Amino acid sequence: MTISSITQLICFVALSATLVLGALGVVLLPNIVYSAFLLGGVFLSVAGLYLLLNASFVAAAQVLVYVGAVNVLILFAIMLVNKKENLAAIPGLGLRRLLSGAVCGGLFLLLIRVAFTTPWPLPGPEPVGEEATIRIGEHLFSDYLLPFELASVLLLMSMIGAIVLARRDVLSSDVITGEAVDQGLIEKERTPLLLENSPR
Amino acid sequence: MLTTTAPGLDLEASFEQALQGFGLSPAAAHLLWLPLPMVLVLVAAVVGVLVNVWLERKISAAVQQRIGPEYAGALGVLQPMADGLKLVFKEDIIPARADGLLFTLGPVLVLIPVILSWLVVPFGQHLLISNVGIGIFLWISLSSIQPIGLLMSGYASNNKYSLLGGLRAAAQSISYEIPLALAVLAVVMMSNSLSTVDIVNQQTGAGILSWNIWRQPVGFVIFWICALAECERLPFDLPEAEEELVAGYQTEYSGMKFALFYLGSYINLVLSALLVSVLYLGGWGFPIPVEWLASWLHQPIDAPLVQLITGSVGIVMTVLKAYLLVFLAILLRWTTPRVRIDQLLDLGWKFLLPIALVNLLITAALKLAFPAVFGG
Repeated sequence: MTISSITQLICFVALSATLVLGALGVVLLPNIVYSAFLLGGVFLSVAGLYLLLNASFVAAAQVLVYVGAVNVLILFAIMLVNKKENLAAIPGLGLRRLLSGAVCGGLFLLLIRVAFTTPWPLPGPEPVGEEATIRIGEHLFSDYLLPFELASVLLLMSMIGAIVLARRDVLSSDVITGEAVDQGLIEKERTPLLLENSPR
Repeated sequence: MLTTTAPGLDLEASFEQALQGFGLSPAAAHLLWLPLPMVLVLVAAVVGVLVNVWLERKISAAVQQRIGPEYAGALGVLQPMADGLKLVFKEDIIPARADGLLFTLGPVLVLIPVILSWLVVPFGQHLLISNVGIGIFLWISLSSIQPIGLLMSGYASNNKYSLLGGLRAAAQSISYEIPLALAVLAVVMMSNSLSTVDIVNQQTGAGILSWNIWRQPVGFVIFWICALAECERLPFDLPEAEEELVAGYQTEYSGMKFALFYLGSYINLVLSALLVSVLYLGGWGFPIPVEWLASWLHQPIDAPLVQLITGSVGIVMTVLKAYLLVFLAILLRWTTPRVRIDQLLDLGWKFLLPIALVNLLITAALKLAFPAVFGG
């Protein structure tokens, strides 16, 4: 074994361990903030695995999109609505946990079976390495053009939806509660607190 | 490190050859080489911070017509060391009912991505830790990890000012990352590569005239504004606005944990300045190409002495350009008032983002129209 292959093996074991333990922590920890931070760690170790596969562009994109955007957004949502309250006990919680555990375990066994029965071509295709950016660009603008454009239309739709939801003044009734929107309140919100000619 | 065909000092190759001369295997020689550039860059970054702190103290004093630090060393050059030592000896306090684990992890998460980003900063053709192909994109993606550390320390402090400061810092960082990335994209489009070495090499044709600042003036301004906002420097230091938030996410921190934030913000400032000089000011390039100078002096460019001088000039030029920008940043800090949070977000989303998009579009059009000037 050469030094580089030993390093790769150590990195792989460490990354996989963080990935599995972190993912278990995301699901099992009772504190939702810890789960959210661990999710960031899971995303980072996935990026590390991409890096080990010589896919540095995908790794960087993974960090940028999942850690930098998705995870930060999740944290924002948690921290802005984080009220300390005791949730009402759900009836039959033990049974529910048992059922979901069984479903997850079954899915896991199924995936293991698939992984072991599929004849994987070894060694895999040659990694493109630094050329990856060019190849990804070519694919995005040729055979993957339609999914790419559809994804952009989807993002545009969700963006417009978010703006409509956030701007209450364009709607006559509240989307969530169904009550009429108080236009006077919005008007009041817009007037500055300090008047121009007030004594200072 | 990738081996390129372009001429230049290759310390790695010479070092490994020397070690192999002592009978070491190539792999062992490479293993011995690996930590050297990393430690060197780490030391350079910390020394850069010390210089920065001294400059900040001296320039702020000059702006306010004071003298500034005087007694610690000549002209107070040892003052930053004193500052650092003071922080080392301070008591490390974790506030009551704060989350100890996240409280400790937060500053670490803020500092590590910043230091990792030094991986792609080139001081010469071969003088960087790693010429990774995704170069500048690595920096953009690493800098997006930082808000998580800020949110973490803001949340863990068990203090409303800290939480608000952390949320503000994350919001600011996310908003300004988009125009920043778009400004970088315009440069990348011109140089056909994400690698920082290629970006500098594309600007070396005619000395100062071929620097990107002449082709990307708007991109330069956008990048500089966004870099200041990412570093949370005044006029954009909303997360630490004293009048409103005490000290934002840093409120509860003391001792070494506070020092980590301090170090992180200054390393980030030097890093941003270095990247501005790489992206827009020709990196290690001298205003007059060294190749021309060598040919006027009838010296072969491949001669060892000329190579040594070229390498040194490269390092000096990179650092000089970066510190000119740092000087500008410090001057801005002590002469401009802070913007309000709504003004900050308006500037980012309603002004810089459209301008950056238009800049990208125009760059693409110019690249198609004049491939010789804007990189074919």
